[in-house]
Amino acid sequence: MTVTLYVPRDCAALAVGAERVAQRIAAEACARNADVRIVRNGSRGLFWLETLVEVATPAGRVAYGPVTHADVAGLFDAGFLAGGAHALNLGLTEEIPYLKKQERLTFARMGVTDPVSVADYVAHEGFAGLRRALSLAPAEIVQQVLDSGLRGRGGAAFPAGIKWKTVLAAEAPQKYIVCNADEGDSGTFSDRMTMEGDPLMLVEGMAIAGIATGATEGYIYVRSEYPHAIATLDEAIRNAEQAGFLGDDILESGRSFRLIVRKAAGAYVCGEETALLESLEGRRGIVRAKPPLPALQGLFGQPTVINNVITLASVPLILARGADFYKNFGMGRSRGTLPFQLAGNIRHGGLVEKAFGLTLRELLYDFGGGSASGRPIKAVQVGGPLGAYVPESQWDLPLDYEAYAAVGAVVGHGGIVVHDDAADMSQLARYAMEFCAIESCGKCTPCRIGSTRGVEVIDRITSNQNRPQQVILLRDLCDTMLHGSLCAMGGMTPYPVLSAINHYPEDFGIEAPDRAAA
Amino acid sequence: MHDLGIATAIAAAHKDVPSGLLPALHGIQDALGHIPPEAVPLIAEQFNLSRAEVHGVVSYYHHFRSAPAGRVLVQVCRAEACKSMGADALLAHAADRLGCDVHGTSADGQCSLEPVFCLGLCASSPAIAVNDEVHARITPALFDAIVEEARSAS
Ligand SMILES: Cc1cc2nc3c(=O)[nH]c(=O)nc-3n(C[C@H](O)[C@H](O)[C@H](O)COP(=O)(O)O)c2cc1C
Ligand code: SF4
Ligand code: FES
Repeated sequence: MTVTLYVPRDCAALAVGAERVAQRIAAEACARNADVRIVRNGSRGLFWLETLVEVATPAGRVAYGPVTHADVAGLFDAGFLAGGAHALNLGLTEEIPYLKKQERLTFARMGVTDPVSVADYVAHEGFAGLRRALSLAPAEIVQQVLDSGLRGRGGAAFPAGIKWKTVLAAEAPQKYIVCNADEGDSGTFSDRMTMEGDPLMLVEGMAIAGIATGATEGYIYVRSEYPHAIATLDEAIRNAEQAGFLGDDILESGRSFRLIVRKAAGAYVCGEETALLESLEGRRGIVRAKPPLPALQGLFGQPTVINNVITLASVPLILARGADFYKNFGMGRSRGTLPFQLAGNIRHGGLVEKAFGLTLRELLYDFGGGSASGRPIKAVQVGGPLGAYVPESQWDLPLDYEAYAAVGAVVGHGGIVVHDDAADMSQLARYAMEFCAIESCGKCTPCRIGSTRGVEVIDRITSNQNRPQQVILLRDLCDTMLHGSLCAMGGMTPYPVLSAINHYPEDFGIEAPDRAAA
Repeated sequence: MHDLGIATAIAAAHKDVPSGLLPALHGIQDALGHIPPEAVPLIAEQFNLSRAEVHGVVSYYHHFRSAPAGRVLVQVCRAEACKSMGADALLAHAADRLGCDVHGTSADGQCSLEPVFCLGLCASSPAIAVNDEVHARITPALFDAIVEEARSAS
């Protein structure tokens, strides 16, 4: 009887040797006359266990990890094809606490299915949302998205349904759906995992967005740092077209939707939606002033829905299960779930999908198991490089857009980067300014010049040249950037800088805690 | 076909695609390893743009290069998650090992070193990419082994 094995093709697994593991398993099976079928699934997102090899047994899928190519022969000896005992045996995958404690809605199929197999996708509730959407009027689809409370997962948390409604109401010869897959934030990888591990979910979400708003073309703008994601998306799109879920006359409904993948070219600011549109049109990715809103004049001047990968990928389930199902997760005005991404100096780094409202402390310790170095955790940057450093006094706040905003922090894309007590917060603040200087699009002065000056001022503070005056100057500069910048690149760089100086003044050589508000 | 011929042919193949300039530039860099400055006027002609516009695009994006890199392109992530796991020291080690500065090429012309801001491997940091192949949880010893393997690969 054929035994089915799963070896991830997610690039975080490939980066620790998954390809060699898969090859070794195939070779070893051949040598031992074992009949195996190797499925290259996505990652479950338990990255400290990669390469996580799973074996399908009558009791369920049994996990082994972290497996290296050198472990393979021993695993065969231990009878792992029947779920045999071995030091790397982790038991049933679904029972691993890290996974079991999650609320996987969007990531339900992640690591379970073959990412590019339409049959596998359909067998796991795939395209149920699209079928439902085809039975509704466009306005009814938009209403479902509105009712679900889904807000943009790319950072700004703007209600997705309102954007869609604007595009639906706009009159134009052509409308577009653009997926923002630029994912430039350090600490974030949920977009990448989606594109590599369940790309058909994004395809389905974009097709639904097209049907809901009258757009017949979609672009996925993927960063050049993600070649694997681009290849997997291309494969998934071809397969969806062949199966009739994409292209002309989707499922004989008379509706059409075409998808095009575009590779970006390494500019962080091209994640900003108007810079992204400029880049897609073939220009320098420089931020456009708003208005006009992209919803009215977006790609090639036409009405355009521009949403993040996870925003669009959340839609199929909302349509399939109904707005209420989704809305019943979460708290306040933060509805549904967020794939939190635990990264940096953390023992159990990975993806944790939970409803809004859990706390950073739960993520850091219940899921993350504390720091990787074993030293005390000192600072946690939430929400990417433009997010604040959150000190321990705030680790019990619920993760909710409004609760974080109230303390001058952001949830953003759900990226969480952990630093232990060896971190020098003045150097991380300096890095934030330096990053802004490198990545600024140059359109406005506070960001273009201010970031360079910011690096210099921090250097003077740390080398104690007129320290008290320089601290005042830095705060002034941050204030100018905060209020005078055209986009959040310059406008939010003060978040990491000010939070570092406010919560960790000693790292800047400021003895008495400076209590000025951020 | 020589380099400029290839560049022109790739540009021509994209000129009628809406927003074809970026895909054309990617195609040229994939084929030639860089975008030769002499090709810029030829690309501009295909797209009916000014040279300045094309040069402006090439120079704006970090991914595009106007001069060839070494055969082995080493990218070390400099972003926060990797920093928290020692990326600064790793970058210094890389510069030392390759004998060149960041953005530089080793004396034998074999290896180039570039910074990169996040490879999406932040839960397995520090991370590097060598000729687009990613590697995670990098130690100095692992770094040396990976670069050595890439150097000796034909
Ligand atoms: C400098 C900068 C970088 C950004 N990078 C991204 C990104 O990589 N991915 C993303 O989805 N949104 C990013 N955004 C937010 C987008 O501008 C925009 O809010 C988002 O694409 C809208 O989609 P959503 O409503 O689904 O979140 C960035 C914003 C700024 C100012
Ligand atoms: S804030 Fe910076 S990135 Fe944003 S528009 Fe101004 S210069 Fe460009
Ligand atoms: S910060 Fe280095 S891979 Fe993300």
